[in-house]
Amino acid sequence: MGREFVYVAVILTIIIIIPFYRVVKGPTLFDRLLGVGAIGTKTLVLICLVGFVYGRIDMFIDITLAYAVLNFIGNIAIAKYFIHPRADSEGSP
Amino acid sequence: MDPLRIISMLVVAAGAFFLLVGSVGIIRLPDFYARTHATSKSDTLGLMLVLAGLAIYEGFDLNSVKLLLVLVFVVLTNPVGAHALALAAQKFGLRPTFAGEPRDAGAAELVDAVAANQEEEEEEEEEEEEGS
Amino acid sequence: MHWEFELVILVFLLAAAIVALRSKDLLAAVVTLSVYSFMAALICAVMGAVDVGFTEAVVGAGITGVLFIVAIYQTERKSVD
Repeated sequence: MGREFVYVAVILTIIIIIPFYRVVKGPTLFDRLLGVGAIGTKTLVLICLVGFVYGRIDMFIDITLAYAVLNFIGNIAIAKYFIHPRADSEGSP
Repeated sequence: MDPLRIISMLVVAAGAFFLLVGSVGIIRLPDFYARTHATSKSDTLGLMLVLAGLAIYEGFDLNSVKLLLVLVFVVLTNPVGAHALALAAQKFGLRPTFAGEPRDAGAAELVDAVAANQEEEEEEEEEEEEGS
Repeated sequence: MHWEFELVILVFLLAAAIVALRSKDLLAAVVTLSVYSFMAALICAVMGAVDVGFTEAVVGAGITGVLFIVAIYQTERKSVD
């Protein structure tokens, strides 16, 4: 039914690998977190497209919702860890 | 291929293009603060276009309402996540790289500062061991 | 027609695991682990096992990541080995 989305999905799979370079190379941890956020957003889109390629979108849409929430919560949890570090934490990035 | 499908294909292709732009932005931009623009703006736009294209393709249905729900949620939270990261980095002491400096100059400084901080602590621990 | 997805994502999974193992900074390892669980959930979804992908997403990216961070918050940041 949604066959023509396969090409876009394959291109997107390749696009996901580009932020991984930033996750590996990032000088500070914040760049790595940014890379993970970017990968998360793109995974979101990829799952939606795969859902359309398989034609059974109603199952995949729930995963996309859960992913959107989890990606955001993970991001905020780590960011909050840095805003209020412990008094004696050496805090290397 | 009725026009509706063609429109949704074009919109999804445009969305994929903006996701590519976001990825290239993450790699090419010189500094952490500049990279937050790439993730929070062009990724969100790419996602919006792709989900809107899929919603158009799906027509008027419960699934397209869920797709638009995801779209609204990500549009609201993605910039907030990037902002929280930038605030944490700024509070942590990451200095932005100004014009003319090499890439990631601020980050290099921060890493050196923390490495120095690390060595001082190790020396203090050694003194305590010798003292005790 | 779908084996390209699995091939690309499996290679990516392997790379994420190796990077997580080799990184000295524990927090960076945790961050790479959450990428790893993203990819694992994606593979399950692509292969059609939707509920498994759902659980892996909830556990891997959500709970495990945050639990590791809390653990690191209490203990050392650098791996001493």
